[in-house]
Amino acid sequence: MFRPGADHERTSALTHSRTPGQGRIHTHAPHYYDAADLPRFGEIGKDAPELAEKFFAWYNAVFAEGALTAREKSLIALAVAHAVQCPYCIDAYSSDCLQKGADAEQMTEAVHVAAAIRGGASLVHGIQMRNHAERLGM
Amino acid sequence: MSTTEPVLPKITVLPTLQKRHAALASAQSQRALLARVPTARTFEAALHGAGLLPLKPTGIEIFQVNVGRKCNQTCRHCHVDAGPDRTEMMPDAVVDRCLEIIEGTSIPTVDITGGAPELHRRWREIVVRARAAGKHVMDRCNLTITLLPNYAYLPEFFAEHGVHVVASLPHYRQKGTDTQRGDGVFEQSVAALKRLNALGYGRPGSGLVLDLVTNPVGTFLPGDQRGLEAEWKRQMARLHGVEFNALYTITNMPISRFLEFLDETGALEAYLERLVTAFNPAAAAGVMCRNTLSVGWDGTLYDCDFNQMLDLPVGGGAPRTVFDFDLAALERRDIVLGPHCFGCTAGAGSSCGGATAG
Repeated sequence: MFRPGADHERTSALTHSRTPGQGRIHTHAPHYYDAADLPRFGEIGKDAPELAEKFFAWYNAVFAEGALTAREKSLIALAVAHAVQCPYCIDAYSSDCLQKGADAEQMTEAVHVAAAIRGGASLVHGIQMRNHAERLGM
Repeated sequence: MSTTEPVLPKITVLPTLQKRHAALASAQSQRALLARVPTARTFEAALHGAGLLPLKPTGIEIFQVNVGRKCNQTCRHCHVDAGPDRTEMMPDAVVDRCLEIIEGTSIPTVDITGGAPELHRRWREIVVRARAAGKHVMDRCNLTITLLPNYAYLPEFFAEHGVHVVASLPHYRQKGTDTQRGDGVFEQSVAALKRLNALGYGRPGSGLVLDLVTNPVGTFLPGDQRGLEAEWKRQMARLHGVEFNALYTITNMPISRFLEFLDETGALEAYLERLVTAFNPAAAAGVMCRNTLSVGWDGTLYDCDFNQMLDLPVGGGAPRTVFDFDLAALERRDIVLGPHCFGCTAGAGSSCGGATAG
């Protein structure tokens, strides 16, 4: 589960891809994303601890076994992670899905669900395009 | 098997560490490698923090006999480094002494493992005599052994003698299972499970118990055993028409072939860190070495099958072999510990009977 102090990979291509010279331009943040930031998720509570506490309590309740199994929720989270293109969430829920018994084929199908919705969302707007074009056309 | 049954794929097997003369074939080199990995704390320190040091037995309830290292499979995570090229098998004198202990003590459960334990020529005798002595007999079966021509009798034999069958199946789908256990294993395993089901194994009310074991196919910890069992049951029924009783989740141990995998992929330090970070005092209290005694093929006594593979016999002045077996002394021993022990205490815990906490 994606939570403060969770056990996630701390080394990745992101953390090892820095090249000399990058720091001259980005003195504080050579990358927008860093895998080492994932285990620091709990630090979102800095300056707003009450809000963070509420968020994590709600977050953990959301992912608890319920009408949907914890595994089903993890696969949904993996798909959403791809839809919102969050690399932290992708790492976290790839691990979580495997741990909850999903395999690579099931996880790939989940990603396709996300992709299908994203693709379908673009295509269904084609109707709006057509409606507008028809209003303007002869 | 009748000729109308489908032709099943052959199992792919690989040379063992021993056959390859790999550095990690020796227990000493495995222990040395594990000792070199930096960890946040030692296992002894973790146990001390949990108030469990020295770790003592709670009473020996399971006599686990590893009858040999020969197997018809070469699973990639195998802590025994078992395979067809292994020749270590329990000699007659040790079998005889084990049977004396089984028949002469009140230890209620006999757990037979290997390798593929059924390959031992006296395996049937051990089962029959242990059952006659009123013992609960568990057989750690790789399933595919039951499809070999000389071992096709096994399902009926299991049923006739009421053997509790504990079978490995890392995943209910082919890819994960074959990745871990070898190409062809999944299809053969499902065929074997169907034969066991047909005899009543895993069916409600039959009294014939068929439990499955899942190890993660990778360097992550097993998930919640209860949740996975529900999912395994649903999927095994839906996809394969197979029933079983319980699912045990077992953590991959950083020993033998899984240790080599971790070392070769550069994942060893991160995996051990994961195990150390996930130390659970509740899981530690229920570790199997507290109620199990493990016997090696040569008659040496160990706290568990993992210590056996790392060549760490029982310590603390306890008798070291079946030939000077002393139940009372063994129940007073201090259990021998090492960094690999974090594998049994991570998360919900891990044992030959699955999770140990929660």
